[in-house]
Amino acid sequence: MTAQLRGEAFDPWQELARTETGFVKGKHGACASFIGTMRDFNVGDKVHSMSLEHYPEMTQQFLEAICTEAASRWNLIDSLIIHRFGEIKPGEPIVLTAAWSEHRSEAFDACRFLIEELKARAPFWKKETTDTGERWVHDAASE
Amino acid sequence: MQLKVKFFASLSEQTGLTETTVDADSPATVLDAWNLATGDQTLPVNILCAINMAYARLDDSVSDGDEIAFFPPVTGGCA
Repeated sequence: MTAQLRGEAFDPWQELARTETGFVKGKHGACASFIGTMRDFNVGDKVHSMSLEHYPEMTQQFLEAICTEAASRWNLIDSLIIHRFGEIKPGEPIVLTAAWSEHRSEAFDACRFLIEELKARAPFWKKETTDTGERWVHDAASE
Repeated sequence: MQLKVKFFASLSEQTGLTETTVDADSPATVLDAWNLATGDQTLPVNILCAINMAYARLDDSVSDGDEIAFFPPVTGGCA
């Protein structure tokens, strides 16, 4: 299990391949992954860039905890979460979640669990820069 | 007792605070920490809070040395 916070852009495909280099070949039959990428629009507005704030210690603990919970709920070979913080541009990956298992069902379920739990409760906050200035995404969503 | 109090995202901007330390009489709650740290500023709607990096409620008790955090609804991940 690996949960990482990154202040720089990352290549999710390289990260998946790098993780698999540590596996014993022939043991996993499935890898399910989710890659979340920054859009250049939100709530009807053009978005030029985004700043992602987090609560470093709590966020790291939370991501590790949901990897541990996934491992207790499904028979996984491994799991991976990478999440950006700091300044992000449209088209850059924000988040990667992945799960490896013997069969597809557990990998799919665990991967979805990781991203849904992360989105619902991990302490991250997005601030967008639009044509009219900066705004917090939680404010824009409630307008 | 001493409490470390942190504020994140829009709550940091609204309160003008990122991190502070307050002296609280025992017993005290998370809400007491908010009031002491902000000088009784109005509590925002939908506020979330944590004690020692675990989600908590405003009426939860706090202990000497605790780290209390206040933040708005989270918006991680994407799409």
